Amino acid sequence: MARVVSQTKSAAVNPLKSSQPLGAAFAFLGVDGAIPLLHGSQGCTSFALALLVRHFNEAIPLQTTAMNEAAIIVGGADRLEEAILSLKARTRPRLIGICTTASVEARDEDVAGDVENIKRKRAIELVGTEVVLANTPDFDGAIEEGWSKAVTAVIEAIARSDKQYRNPRKIAILPGWNLTVADIEHLRETAVSFGLDPVILPDVSGALDGSIPEEWMPTTYGGTKLEEICDLGAAMQCIAIGEHMRRPAEALQRLTGVPYVLFRSLTGLENVDRFIRVLAAVSRKQTPLNVRRNRMQLQDAMLDGHFHMAGKKIAIASEPDQLFQFSDFFTAMGAEIAAAVTTTGTSKALEMVPAKTVKVGDLSDLESLAATADLIVTHSHGREAARRLGVPLMRVGFPMFDRFGSQHKLTILYRGTRDVIFDFANIIQTNHPPNPWPT
Amino acid sequence: MSSLNAKNKDAFHELASEKSGSKGPKARLRNCARPMAPGTAVGGCAFDGAKVALQPITDVAHLIHGPLACEGNSWDNRGAASSGPTLWRTSFTTDLTEIDIVMGHSERKLFKAIREIKDGYAPAAIFVYSTCVTAMIGDDIDVVCKRATDEFALPVVPVNAPGFVGSKNLGNKLAGEALLKHVIGTVEPDEPGLCDINILGEFNLSGEFWQVKPLLDKLGIRVRACIPGDARYLQVASAHRSRAAMTVCSTAFVALARKMQERWDIPFFEGSFYGISGTSEALRRIADLLVKKGADPSLLHRTEILVAEEEEKVWKRLEAYRPRLEGKRVLLNTGGVKSWSVVHALMEIGMEIVGTSVKKSTLEDRERVKQTLKEENLLFESMSPRELFSLLLDRKADIMLSGGRTQYIALKAKLPWLDINQERHHAYAGYEGMVQLARQIDLAIHNPMWPQVREPAPWEPALVV
Repeated sequence: MARVVSQTKSAAVNPLKSSQPLGAAFAFLGVDGAIPLLHGSQGCTSFALALLVRHFNEAIPLQTTAMNEAAIIVGGADRLEEAILSLKARTRPRLIGICTTASVEARDEDVAGDVENIKRKRAIELVGTEVVLANTPDFDGAIEEGWSKAVTAVIEAIARSDKQYRNPRKIAILPGWNLTVADIEHLRETAVSFGLDPVILPDVSGALDGSIPEEWMPTTYGGTKLEEICDLGAAMQCIAIGEHMRRPAEALQRLTGVPYVLFRSLTGLENVDRFIRVLAAVSRKQTPLNVRRNRMQLQDAMLDGHFHMAGKKIAIASEPDQLFQFSDFFTAMGAEIAAAVTTTGTSKALEMVPAKTVKVGDLSDLESLAATADLIVTHSHGREAARRLGVPLMRVGFPMFDRFGSQHKLTILYRGTRDVIFDFANIIQTNHPPNPWPT
Repeated sequence: MSSLNAKNKDAFHELASEKSGSKGPKARLRNCARPMAPGTAVGGCAFDGAKVALQPITDVAHLIHGPLACEGNSWDNRGAASSGPTLWRTSFTTDLTEIDIVMGHSERKLFKAIREIKDGYAPAAIFVYSTCVTAMIGDDIDVVCKRATDEFALPVVPVNAPGFVGSKNLGNKLAGEALLKHVIGTVEPDEPGLCDINILGEFNLSGEFWQVKPLLDKLGIRVRACIPGDARYLQVASAHRSRAAMTVCSTAFVALARKMQERWDIPFFEGSFYGISGTSEALRRIADLLVKKGADPSLLHRTEILVAEEEEKVWKRLEAYRPRLEGKRVLLNTGGVKSWSVVHALMEIGMEIVGTSVKKSTLEDRERVKQTLKEENLLFESMSPRELFSLLLDRKADIMLSGGRTQYIALKAKLPWLDINQERHHAYAGYEGMVQLARQIDLAIHNPMWPQVREPAPWEPALVV
């Protein structure tokens, strides 16, 4: 069990974190016809926007209430109302997802009250548009918390709580932020191959997978439909992926009675085996042939790849659940976690990380711990540290702005684990050439 | 906050002078203090502007005092180049947490952060940026910086531009104010010369300024300070001994130039290094100002010779592109100085401008673009993505030149696009840059990928011609 060591420095040097409202906005992007709205100064949005655009290489719908000096003094309710009405009139979104920022939260504004007032006062104008609020101050949490809060808020605001007929084929899947577009698509295909009908929330495929719509779309296109969210209570089973998805899973259970099972990670043979067993049990179906085949391919990749991975020292920095996902996988392949750094210290996932300590810190902490590592694993901002140390970098997480196709990288289930082994082993092989056998 | 207000007004005072003086007060403010409308606003805040304007000073530690997002979400997103120090590429923030704010620890944390940076990184100076939250809870960064300056014998410069005070552009101006108040004039240079100049508002993106500097070197003109591109703290601190100045991005730093003229008698002009005639004119005016201030008059003659030689060379090289680009239709969606300077440059190689945005342009910038294009309805203000998308199609543009924010509007319309803003990968300044720009536009428009990507899908009925 890892010991979590908190931050002692006053200056964060080369931040590892991206902010909580960014995480929430990211989650809202996984709902069809949505626009995330950051309630704060203009810069909060423009920074988050630039980062999302650079990561996805896509146009991202994101808006701001553009709090000015007056709003900072008297409160932002008017600007919030103006923003909502303006967005509604111009873009007709199905969902406006409000993420608060440090500026309004430090004022201790009652944004929830403001939103309720606006919804009541403007009920007629807002017909056809849901307005959902996630309280996400920048001075707390990071992407993971923001994502989790937004999904919880969407469920609480939209899922019907009245008694519904349970559809035996239907399951709800609540993926964490660390699953890529390819992961989500693969999850869906796998569930469908068991004859199940999965509703995935949020579903960041669609607008963020690189498809080209016929005309200009000011909102997201693709993602979970509002009707599907509304009917989540008809699911037989909810599957949450990542410790941070426990909160929305519990909200769904509280609201609709749908039971949940939580997987901390879907990477690594054993984790995937458990997941497949659950799918088989829920669907009462035999495991399809393609899944069986994928498992054999993974076994083969493990046999081939383990030579390059055994005993390697890994320095890894990421959000808690992703930190667990990858460090669990690396140690399962015989590598050793020499340094683990994370963004915030509250997640239960941290205790499970197979390292002596997990440091809550920044990329300079990672840099100081990684000098003797064989591999650094973190997002693109780690490239300078890796270069300075001369240690190869494997990019995972967000943001990834100096590599193409991060969204189409598969990291989960048998196939994803197989791909990650190849990635990992290839980087190691390139930088630590083995003996000239076998050629 | 009232003092901040007064400072903001002062920063915009510039607009009340000279050419814009005849316009009403509203028109004067229209460009720079554009109201930020909730739900429609795009672009950065004042903090963003201040950071952008100062961060390329390379041997300074830039410390952002606020919650994580202000720095964490925004670092490493601009490609200014440095010929030496890399400290500016290291990101520093106090990363305030809820506890820091509730317990009132933030000023103490800032002071400790300054000490840690001084001990760990030995910077030439530390710039401390306030943000929305720290301004709101009343942190007095001026006092903290003053104390740190005294205690550590190191310049610690407060930059007061929290996001909520206004636009990115206002932030640029407030950054200039901070330099004026705390940095410029604090160090006397060893050997001031008669041909020393300042370049203001040049960011050296993708090393652009290095394409121009050799021209100045050839003329024996020394750039004492290029602010902020590839600048060192000492160069900025001694910039008051230059003999003349040029503002490249006037929107950002023209107020600073004006005040340096008032205070230290440094004459300046607004120019550009984009385009052939733009570059030549800039060189001539620099020489002219220096001679007026006492430099050897032969400088004028030498400048003419250099300009003639360089222009001849570059036109020869551009001829290769003319047949490939003549008559091609360009839509520009950029701001400030580029709205006219790039227009001019493109027209020089025979391209047709079907529209240019004048957001973030000063009134003077607008006048220039009007004179160049001779048709007012080609100018447009900032517009929504959907409108821009339609404009591209309606005016049958062959390419859009813009910044990364709007690139997908062109790309999703399956139209060529070229980045000419801060994330660009090629340098377009000076004579050399013009050739590069033509080459990149040519590559973009004539990429064999375009007809393929526009091909209908196999399951769609074939087009009958």
